[in-house]
Amino acid sequence: MSRQMTGAKMVVQALKDQGVDVVFGYPGGAVLPIYDEIFQQNDIRHILVRHEQGAVHMAEGYARSTGRPGVVLVTSGPGATNAVTGMVDALMDSIPLIVLSGQVPTFMIGTDGFQEADTVGITRPCTKMNWLVKDTDKLAETIHQAFHVAMHGRPGPVLVDIPKDVQFATGTYTAPREVKTGHYQPRVKGDTAAITALVELMETAERPVFYTGGGVINSGPAASQLLRELVEATGFPITSTLMGLGAYPASGPKWLGMLGMHGLYEANLAMHGCDLMVNIGARFDDRITGRIADFSPHSRKAHIDIDPSSINKVIHVDIPILGDVGHVLEDMLNIWKARGRKVNREGLAKWWGQIDQWRAKKSLSYKNSTKIIKPQYALERLEALTKGRDRYITTEVGQHQMWAAQFLHFDEPNRWMTSGGLGTMGYGLPASIGVQIAHPDALVINVAGDASWLMNMQEMGTAVQFRAPVKQFILNNERLGMVRQWQQLLHGERYSQSWSESLPDFVKLAEAFGCKGIRCDDPAKLDAAIEEMLAYDGPVIFDCLVEKHENCFPMIPSGKPHNEMLLGDASTDGAIKAEGAVLV
Amino acid sequence: MSALNIKKGATSHSAYDLRDPNAQVSESHTLAVLVDNEAGVLARVIGLFSGRGYNIDSLTVAEVDHKGHRSRITVVTRGTPAVIEQIKAQLGRIVPVHEVHDLTADGPSVERELALFKVTGTGDKRIESLRLAEIFRANVVDSTLESFVFEMTGTPEKIDAFADLMRPLGLADVARTGVAALSRGL
Repeated sequence: MSRQMTGAKMVVQALKDQGVDVVFGYPGGAVLPIYDEIFQQNDIRHILVRHEQGAVHMAEGYARSTGRPGVVLVTSGPGATNAVTGMVDALMDSIPLIVLSGQVPTFMIGTDGFQEADTVGITRPCTKMNWLVKDTDKLAETIHQAFHVAMHGRPGPVLVDIPKDVQFATGTYTAPREVKTGHYQPRVKGDTAAITALVELMETAERPVFYTGGGVINSGPAASQLLRELVEATGFPITSTLMGLGAYPASGPKWLGMLGMHGLYEANLAMHGCDLMVNIGARFDDRITGRIADFSPHSRKAHIDIDPSSINKVIHVDIPILGDVGHVLEDMLNIWKARGRKVNREGLAKWWGQIDQWRAKKSLSYKNSTKIIKPQYALERLEALTKGRDRYITTEVGQHQMWAAQFLHFDEPNRWMTSGGLGTMGYGLPASIGVQIAHPDALVINVAGDASWLMNMQEMGTAVQFRAPVKQFILNNERLGMVRQWQQLLHGERYSQSWSESLPDFVKLAEAFGCKGIRCDDPAKLDAAIEEMLAYDGPVIFDCLVEKHENCFPMIPSGKPHNEMLLGDASTDGAIKAEGAVLV
Repeated sequence: MSALNIKKGATSHSAYDLRDPNAQVSESHTLAVLVDNEAGVLARVIGLFSGRGYNIDSLTVAEVDHKGHRSRITVVTRGTPAVIEQIKAQLGRIVPVHEVHDLTADGPSVERELALFKVTGTGDKRIESLRLAEIFRANVVDSTLESFVFEMTGTPEKIDAFADLMRPLGLADVARTGVAALSRGL
């Protein structure tokens, strides 16, 4: 099927052919022809954002919660540069996005035209791949290739830059099946010999641990299912990174909780003390490893990853397995079963005994109060009052994000959207809108801090306009809490620029946006206030006034290994030495 | 410059210290990277090196297959074995990159570079430069009464050696192509 049409029409046709139902965007001079085509059809819904960064985070929320790519449409120059943060965020967290940007006409490129920017140059290190299309005949093909690249191998954001004259010109449309996706076919099947070697180690390991990450979720629901089967069948303990929460259920018996800088004591000690570490779709991020030289010193390590550059990048592993998590887990299970379903039962029993001792430390315990709402308590109540509902959680970045990861429990994948790698403050509100657009009837809550939330608060307008009943649960400590915590721990309690002066009245702000505002500062009234938020059929800004100086624990101080965790305020004096202070 | 070696002293053993403690020796490797000949592909490759703090000692790029639309980038880089492995893996995941060959690790290879030398002078020095050029099998490609331009092909070491000899004889300018390399045998 080849048809003649304008470039602008091709864009819309290509999106339809790729099964796109929603686009997040903002119009401008260089994309007007595409917006004109969007106006003349009803298959693709356009969500008008208030700032292009919001569009990208919404598309991330959409993608992360559905497993389908998110699509963004922005204009040239500032439209594209405003989208940069979101693209880097998606690149770091392996979120598939297709960003379409307008560009000045081809004959003006290089003349410093109005709203001209070297978009492909700027976004080259911010995307998995990008293209500048100078010929209308190649436009549809490029867009289809963009979808292919974004979704295959390690997912990520891609950008297609489309000059305005290419949008106006007529060319031949190419359908998806006519497009050669070329050589880009990353390997998904793992090497059987390597998988067998891993299974052999699993059969004898005394202290094994599964360390899982966002790759399990990216691999799709089947991978999560296989992971659950593997964990139940072997009886091995399992921990996960921030990005992997929900792949194995938090209610599962083998769940150790999240690991890493603010991970649970039992999870980090299990990583430190294990004799076999099986990394499934995680990348040994510095939030996870702590001091490299002392990272899990007595274990043999296997690493399953679809990206060859992730393997042996930070931590040298004994068994590298290149492939898609879902495929490798399936082979692993089959080989393990075929070899007689062996595990070292005696060793495992002892190992679980040790883990239970670590669990008894109750590393998430905190001093509650009847006078003031502790942020941990607020999240415990939020968890209790929303448990069992069709619930999706997004977060901003900071203390509240870590508390949310610790105190909210996820039993399914794709239910937890957070900015892990880049740590983008301002992610959560737009991401929650993107999730809600994809799941109109679900309960979508953005757990936020006051400072992060303000960074993209303009998107409340989007939520109201498109009737996205997102709940903004702001743990308001009038501080940049995580910055304040670090200043307390390693900068002599000099709280440089880490308080939120002149905060808006969030209830009045909600009213100004045309949604509902709720404020609560009393632990006794918190449940009723949360119920009120949940019962309201529309967007809510919930201003939860919490303890201002609460620190997030447990914590592995910068530059320390897993077995030197801080469990509470008493142990923090001088915890971070000079060599740790230079790290972030 | 190597970003992976920045941590000395106070911050060694930190989470950012990616050195393999067992392999600290920096090695020179010649990599051949076959890419789609399309706009921006060279920027992708060199952006990877600058963005991740890898070294480029030499870089050569040209289209080698016009029909197939392929270019060959030959890059000489240096780093510890772990860093070299990481460079290859990072190159390999660039979408328009088709193949990455480590000519240093994959067996014997030939490396050649072409250089032009402008040597100015008169009298004995001029005669001496011509005699040395003959020994090095350099060709005279331009001549005036007070200058020669020599053309020479060889390994980078040979070109370095010739440049060192020409310097006291009036070396005025050097232009080098960078290394082109192929594996030996089939």
